[in-house]
Amino acid sequence: MKKQIPILITATVGTVLVLSVFFPPAKMLGEDFSLFFDIIAVFAFFLGGGNLVRVHFIKVYRRKSDWVYSVVTLVGFTMMLASGLFKLGGPPGISGSVTADGSYLNTMFIHIIAPLSSTMYALLAFFVASASYRAFRAKNREATILLIAAFVILLGRTPLGMMATGWVWESLSIFQIPNLAVWVMNVPNLAGQRSILIGVGLGVVAMSLRLILGMDRTYLGGDND
Amino acid sequence: MTNIGVIISMVFIFGGLLAIMIYSLRGKDIDRRIIFLFVFISVATSVIFNVEFKEYPTVIVKKVFDKIESLPPGSKVLISFDFDPAMKPEVFPMANAFVRHCLVKGHKIYLMTIWATGQALMNETVETVIKEEFPDAVYGEDYVTLGFKAGGVGVLNVIITDFRKMYPTDEHGTSLDSIPLFAEVKSAKDLDLVLPIGGGQPGPKEWILFIGDPGDVPIAPGLAAVVAPLIYPYYPKQAIGLLGGVKGAAEYESLLRQVYPQFQDVPAPALRMMGPQTMAHIVIMAFIVIGNITYFRSRRRGAE
Amino acid sequence: MLNRVLLLCLALVWTVSVSVTAQDVAEGGIDTLSLPLPAPAQNVVAANHVYDDGEVIDVNWDKSPDDPENILGYIVYRAETDGAFDSIRTLLPGETFFSDDNVEDEIPYKYQIGVIGENGVSLSGESELAVATWELFNFGMWNTFLWMFVFCGSVIGFIISAKSGRKLYIRKIGGLEALEEAVGRATEMGRPILFIPGILDMDDVQTLAAITILGKVARVVADYDSKIRMPVSRSLVLTAARETIKESYTSAGRPDGYNEDMVQYVTDEQFGYVAAVNGIMVREKPATCLYLGAFFAESLILAETGNSIGAIQIAGTARPGQLPFFVAACDYTLIGEELFAASAYLSEDPKQLGSLKGQDVGKVIAMFGLLVGTAAMTLSVAWQVPATQWILDLMNNLFTTN
Repeated sequence: MKKQIPILITATVGTVLVLSVFFPPAKMLGEDFSLFFDIIAVFAFFLGGGNLVRVHFIKVYRRKSDWVYSVVTLVGFTMMLASGLFKLGGPPGISGSVTADGSYLNTMFIHIIAPLSSTMYALLAFFVASASYRAFRAKNREATILLIAAFVILLGRTPLGMMATGWVWESLSIFQIPNLAVWVMNVPNLAGQRSILIGVGLGVVAMSLRLILGMDRTYLGGDND
Repeated sequence: MTNIGVIISMVFIFGGLLAIMIYSLRGKDIDRRIIFLFVFISVATSVIFNVEFKEYPTVIVKKVFDKIESLPPGSKVLISFDFDPAMKPEVFPMANAFVRHCLVKGHKIYLMTIWATGQALMNETVETVIKEEFPDAVYGEDYVTLGFKAGGVGVLNVIITDFRKMYPTDEHGTSLDSIPLFAEVKSAKDLDLVLPIGGGQPGPKEWILFIGDPGDVPIAPGLAAVVAPLIYPYYPKQAIGLLGGVKGAAEYESLLRQVYPQFQDVPAPALRMMGPQTMAHIVIMAFIVIGNITYFRSRRRGAE
Repeated sequence: MLNRVLLLCLALVWTVSVSVTAQDVAEGGIDTLSLPLPAPAQNVVAANHVYDDGEVIDVNWDKSPDDPENILGYIVYRAETDGAFDSIRTLLPGETFFSDDNVEDEIPYKYQIGVIGENGVSLSGESELAVATWELFNFGMWNTFLWMFVFCGSVIGFIISAKSGRKLYIRKIGGLEALEEAVGRATEMGRPILFIPGILDMDDVQTLAAITILGKVARVVADYDSKIRMPVSRSLVLTAARETIKESYTSAGRPDGYNEDMVQYVTDEQFGYVAAVNGIMVREKPATCLYLGAFFAESLILAETGNSIGAIQIAGTARPGQLPFFVAACDYTLIGEELFAASAYLSEDPKQLGSLKGQDVGKVIAMFGLLVGTAAMTLSVAWQVPATQWILDLMNNLFTTN
């Protein structure tokens, strides 16, 4: 029973969502099912938040290794939660906007979360460099083509590309590096992307079919017997 | 002084790269922290000494610019801020450039986000661009902020049929029925152009799939560089053009400055960021060359 | 004298107003200036939008002869049978079509088009009444429906065929073959296995695929008595992953080995999550890192950190933009569809393997469509071969939706 009900729900919702594409009267039902998930997902936040607090509280309580980081997590979590829930610092009252100028949540968002997130994202620049150093080696013919394409794109995505090849005649402008970069993106890259996307699309349909038919139920926590 | 700083930094960077290149002839891999150090120095130098390059707009960016130019004043343009602070440095300049361009052309703009983290950034644009640079723009008549709604693709699925179902009110709690900009807008199909800005999911791709295609609404996305290749399959039919990363934003800013000289003095962060990006690309290319030298040397030694 | 002037003025005003009113009546204009109005739009036709749920009426008209030089745009007016016309939408010059999706079904509406000029608006004649009705089936998507049947039919056909005992060949997938070896390595080294199911929620099919693979991985982990660590960024994934791991431990006969804290919620925030995972990697130095699911900009940050700690790494995603990063930094990468095939592949269940075989039919159709379409288009454009036109029409009918 514990498995049959979720399988039934999956089969029903999946079938309705597919049919709503082809049968207009079912469209509204399809939209409603999409909204149901969002509602459930919002409530599921309590599960996640609860787990976060429990795990870190236990870590601090038992003085496990690196428990100091858990204190930071708990303090940050509580501060953000309280300033958002009670709309601290901003326009008074529950009707005030949580993101209004001066609200603590907005201030912390702009001055703490934004720079921290940007810093993490900026790490990509470093990792791209180290990964490129390792990956782009002319080990064989294919790798050499990849290496040349990488150079074209790297140059084409900067003004240097035009500086280096801007002198090329208009009739041969395809050989200007920025145009070559666009060509690489639009032709070989696009062809590869599309083939992967077609494969992905077919894979998604086959997997969805397995889920709707109840053949694959590992996601419910169990074997497919 | 600045020039001296740039020269010293360049000597240090290129001298260092040359030294590493010579070292790589031994066939030994270099520590990744050295790579990190060079990337850091090249970016920091360009930021500190404000190294700038001239931008040459590409066709794919120009198409977006021309589309906004060709719309008659009063056209309805929606800009969606579907990004977070992490993506902000890369795509926020696009959002501000779009807003400037639309307002200077007299278009009506609708601002919204399907990312919770996008709301504060959307409001930043309202405060720093609309209110400061276009003080005559009237809320509700020239622009409106719908704010954030949870639900991701679900939101798009609903606004393609009816905005009011998902957004009964704007960000400030005013009923859409009492906002002049919504007098003639029932659904996203009633818009003349949609400019989704972002790079995650849900993001520009979902706008194309759930709004552009079914609603026959022109879409011109602004994208983080890393996801731009994913949207190329949709260009030029489903996406009329696109801005990819800082480079795309810089091209757009330079076009805006060329066509509207009044924007010469407004900040152009993307143009400024192209200096560091160019330097970082040079360093990465140098390290790819070094990596290959190391590889071939070590292979030869292996053969010996 | 004053009376004469006053009389003259009154007469002038009357003349102007009568002439303007006459023009209004004659041309249906709204403006009261005597300057010429743009020519009105013609042949306004309103009709039910076919193949929908009765919410849309399509309105078509012929452009004003003054479009685009002398007009500013069009206004669409709508009225019920005996009601007054209301303006419902302003459109740009050049437009000749409008879909009114704000109608009640079964109520008749009529439409009029106004052409906006510098001096006012000239109105077209009224359209016939139109009623929005719903249809049971969207024939505009008949070809998608057909392909769905062909594809799903082939999948089900192969499943039945596999159930009847027919041997099916499935090519080896390196990344999945290496899973057991990767878990074994972690066991030998006494270090945990890190499983990252992407950063999207359970409504994303990639996350579902990751959770199905998790079931198999957790089973091997339970068998080997190794440790698994799984930080997640979505609450629903937390519950699903816990259930999956618990079930795997139970089916391995080691329910006592399961611990709820194996799965831990971190944050929904993308880079907050990445920071936490990177921290776990650097502190705990897992021997094996599995990145399976939907990844974005964090893919390279995670994979490079994993690479720097010397972990054996297996990744899989259906997002083509992230695949190059994983290929560069990981030992094995499941590319696109391989991620979705993983659960069937690992289960070794003939029924599920049959579904993989069914996928190939879809691929054959796609390849056939691509080849024929490209050849026909090339022949048509490059050499203007007339016979190719019907092939192009056929391909359009088969593969394009309205």
